[in-house]
Amino acid sequence: MIQSILQYSFMQNALMAAIVASLICGIIGTIIVEKQLVSMSGGIAHASFGGIGLGYLLGIEPIIGGLIVATSASLAVGQIQRRTKTKADTVVSMMWSAGMAAGILFIALTPGYPPDMTSYLFGDILTVNDTYLSIMIGLALIMIVVVALLYNYFKLYLFDEEYAKILKINVVVIETILYMMIAFSIVVLIKVVGIILALALLTIPTASAKLFSVTLSRIMVYATFFGMVYSLSGLTISYYLNIPSGASIILVSITFYAILAGVRKIMPVRDQV
Amino acid sequence: MSVITVDDLTVRYEQHTALSHVNFTVEEKEFIGIIGPNGGGKTTLIKAILGLKKIDEGRIVVDAKEVVGYVPQVSTFDKGFPISVMDVILTGHLPKKIKFGHRFKGHDESHALRVMTQLGIDGLASRQIGQLSGGQMQRVLIARALMNHPTVLVLDEPTASVDQGTKVDIYEMLKSLNKVITIIIITHDTTQMWPYLDRCIYINKTAHLHNHEGEAEGDALDVCPIDWFIEGEKIQKALTEGTGRNDTKHSSI
Repeated sequence: MIQSILQYSFMQNALMAAIVASLICGIIGTIIVEKQLVSMSGGIAHASFGGIGLGYLLGIEPIIGGLIVATSASLAVGQIQRRTKTKADTVVSMMWSAGMAAGILFIALTPGYPPDMTSYLFGDILTVNDTYLSIMIGLALIMIVVVALLYNYFKLYLFDEEYAKILKINVVVIETILYMMIAFSIVVLIKVVGIILALALLTIPTASAKLFSVTLSRIMVYATFFGMVYSLSGLTISYYLNIPSGASIILVSITFYAILAGVRKIMPVRDQV
Repeated sequence: MSVITVDDLTVRYEQHTALSHVNFTVEEKEFIGIIGPNGGGKTTLIKAILGLKKIDEGRIVVDAKEVVGYVPQVSTFDKGFPISVMDVILTGHLPKKIKFGHRFKGHDESHALRVMTQLGIDGLASRQIGQLSGGQMQRVLIARALMNHPTVLVLDEPTASVDQGTKVDIYEMLKSLNKVITIIIITHDTTQMWPYLDRCIYINKTAHLHNHEGEAEGDALDVCPIDWFIEGEKIQKALTEGTGRNDTKHSSI
């Protein structure tokens, strides 16, 4: 059965993409959840739509446009937060809708027949080509190395940012690196589950992992594992039932999470490690 | 030689003035209490000393030799955060210059264990912080602050969420620490802390200083709880006799 799926190169790419996406969701998703940056990540995801539209308008690879805009948007949020008194939530909401509006505008301005944007909004893992897969793997490797090298600093930053400032650690550097990584993760996830569903894949594996561990590094590992199970089973179901892969992955994730949470409720473990 | 000199300090939040022209010095190995009403500027004052809050006027000079350690309020933490006691304490030892690939070494851990033993929390190393009591969490935060060998320790209400027995334990522990380091503590527990303190600074936008000789200086206009504590009977007597201060003035105590 598996062999029959794997004989298609688009399926091989899809499986690789699902595995790489799970790695990123496991690591960055955990950081996002612990630092309560979920809504900011949503804002960046939607802002990237502006970049994708711009890519079409300028005739460059849309995902490159998305990457540039997502990165700039995430850095801008940090700057605006530091320099003005505007609440982060407000800035994020503005960026969220501005990105979508710009994307729609750019696509309308693009000459010729309008491209189908559904695959960016809801993902289409079966269309992941070799180029995109290489970009994904490259970004994932960068993020894994950065988090591993700065792990202790991230841990303190996530737990008690103020104390990091007291130790005179340059928190702005850590924050900037983190925000850039969030932008990278979103771009990686766009093809897999799409802009609208990216948030789910960043949060559900971590939420599942948190049911089983209270150690940051283990939550990252478990979340990666759950992400793989969710995305691979979602992908398989979408293949056999011929339903959209993004929607299938998210609904499978939520179902798994609900079952796991239910099981934990019935069988609580007192001393988690 | 003063450890910390606060010179004509004014701190504002937008239009609101939190601290106005505050002056005082902290001497080496003093044990100083900072008291005053909520919203009176106590936390703002220590945040300014720690460099976390911008100063609008005046200045704060911390002697270059001094290393300042900080113990924040327990209630400000997300107890669900996935971190163990050992990891919290070790973070107190992170080098300020960001080092790629930094890992804590065996001697960091043995140092942490020594500090933990000193504070009586050595059995808790692998616990997640959500599994600690208020008093235990407080000691963990003190241990983290001690990792950097501070010469001045600043604590923000360390006994706000602990029971009576733990309170006394923490005071005694601070007293023994005070033999070697300077301690500045925000407290609401004036009555119990007073015997431990060398001096008390009452902060309510302005500063009002007290020592055990009963001398007071500064320019706070309201009645300070320390006055009440030292001269409580006298004031009470005056009140019952219907002379002196009126009731409304004391309603804030």
